[in-house]
Amino acid sequence: MLKVEHLSKTYGEGDDAVEAIRDLDFEVSEKEFVCIVGPSGCGKTTLLKCISGLLPPSGGEVRLHGQRIEGPPEQMALVFQEYSRSLYPWMTVRQNVAFPVRRKHSAEDTRRLVESAVRSVGLTGSLDRYPWELSGGMQQRVAIARALAYQPEILLMDEPFASVDAQTRADLEDLILEVREEYGVTVVFVTHDIDESVYLGDRIVVLTPAPTTVQEVLDVDLPQPRDQVATKELPAFARYRAHVYRSIKRKQPEAVPVETESARA
Amino acid sequence: MSARRERWLGLGLEVTVPLLALGLWAVLSAGSDTYYFPPLTEILETFADTWVFERVGSDVVPSLVRMGLGFAIALVLAIAIGLGLGLSPRARRAAAPIVEFLRAIPPPALLPFAILVIGVGNSMKVFIIAFVCLWPILLNTVDGVIGVDLTLRDTARVYGIGTRDRVWRLMLPAASPQIFAGIRTAVSLALIMMVISEMVASTNGIGYFVLQSQRSFAIPEMWSGILLLGLLGYALNGGLVMIERRLLRWHRGARASALG
Repeated sequence: MLKVEHLSKTYGEGDDAVEAIRDLDFEVSEKEFVCIVGPSGCGKTTLLKCISGLLPPSGGEVRLHGQRIEGPPEQMALVFQEYSRSLYPWMTVRQNVAFPVRRKHSAEDTRRLVESAVRSVGLTGSLDRYPWELSGGMQQRVAIARALAYQPEILLMDEPFASVDAQTRADLEDLILEVREEYGVTVVFVTHDIDESVYLGDRIVVLTPAPTTVQEVLDVDLPQPRDQVATKELPAFARYRAHVYRSIKRKQPEAVPVETESARA
Repeated sequence: MSARRERWLGLGLEVTVPLLALGLWAVLSAGSDTYYFPPLTEILETFADTWVFERVGSDVVPSLVRMGLGFAIALVLAIAIGLGLGLSPRARRAAAPIVEFLRAIPPPALLPFAILVIGVGNSMKVFIIAFVCLWPILLNTVDGVIGVDLTLRDTARVYGIGTRDRVWRLMLPAASPQIFAGIRTAVSLALIMMVISEMVASTNGIGYFVLQSQRSFAIPEMWSGILLLGLLGYALNGGLVMIERRLLRWHRGARASALG
């Protein structure tokens, strides 16, 4: 359903040009959970902005149902890492979640969509509070509820759990797996956390350092539903984890030979 | 416990210090026979005779109407133009030299022109007050709109928020803390220009009254007018702070949570 073809993105021009993405290809099929993982500093956020139509690519294209993406498409929602800057502080939780929805639906439908999305993320009690009255994890739940109420076919997530503590993070990971089932949504999930990508993904796209391209695409064949304890103690989980780790480390240009030399000596 | 004590202490100081200052003034000026500095008691008596409520209708109301009207016109224009300039970099570049030039003109310098063109009536005073209030609100609105967080704007784009909602429910609230800073400046300027315009050409108003009293050597009356203007400025600012506290509660809350 989503096809990224020969995508490239260069910032600036002439001598100052910085090549963030070079000739990147991958595909996402219906209802799939794809994790995009790569070393920090590679163009993960740039890639996601190109996919969501927020940034025009320098070359290649992104297609959704065969349609070339020129601007943010209706069928897409995006959850940002910085929840505190993506929720509107002058709106209550209810108003935030309703904001993108109310324009497309009647008042009654909006209320229903908002309330069921907020229930799915377990925040019904906080409907009339302001985002800044909530903890970081709860704020990110609001952002997820807003995305769900919008009823997208495809949900893009840009390192959504990178700024919450470990326990909250595990809870949110399980939450996103649940709502994905409930809403039948396709998810493209960007992360720099290898464990997270293996735990969540049906497939993992491993990226190289900048200029970023696809290093490898990996199918994750772990039993569903995933479980924070049971899944993570499977030998297969450890193997996937090690595989992705090596895959990311493989292409660290220049630095690699020097380090292996000294390691051998 | 100690925070509460601190608050009561603060409130106590806020009440007692002005009272002490007034007391000191009363004591030092008691029995004064200096022509220019009559005893405070005399000023206060004159104040009560003049402003409660003898001249409210004839002088205070016209002054407040001019100020309110001028300010309101400036507010609407400044926010409308400010949103436009904030949203369009091209319009901003085109307008920048004119805006910078116009706001650099000391407004009293426009009085002779305004009297010549508009006359000495109310419109002239409203025009001058509006002109002076426009710039701080306009520039703050532009700055506020430019400064709206990129993630907030990207969020609106991703969710296909339309132009009207983007302007009224995103840009305007996001810029409102800065717009309010401009409004505070504008209100104090409005008071100043009201007084000046009434001193230059008027037949009523508080500014007119102060100058007229001085010219007719009614010194306690003059002082009572000055006192009233001070109280008026204080009350206006206090009212604004209260409105701001209500409207921008989210701003203080969000900032506190970001710091905490």
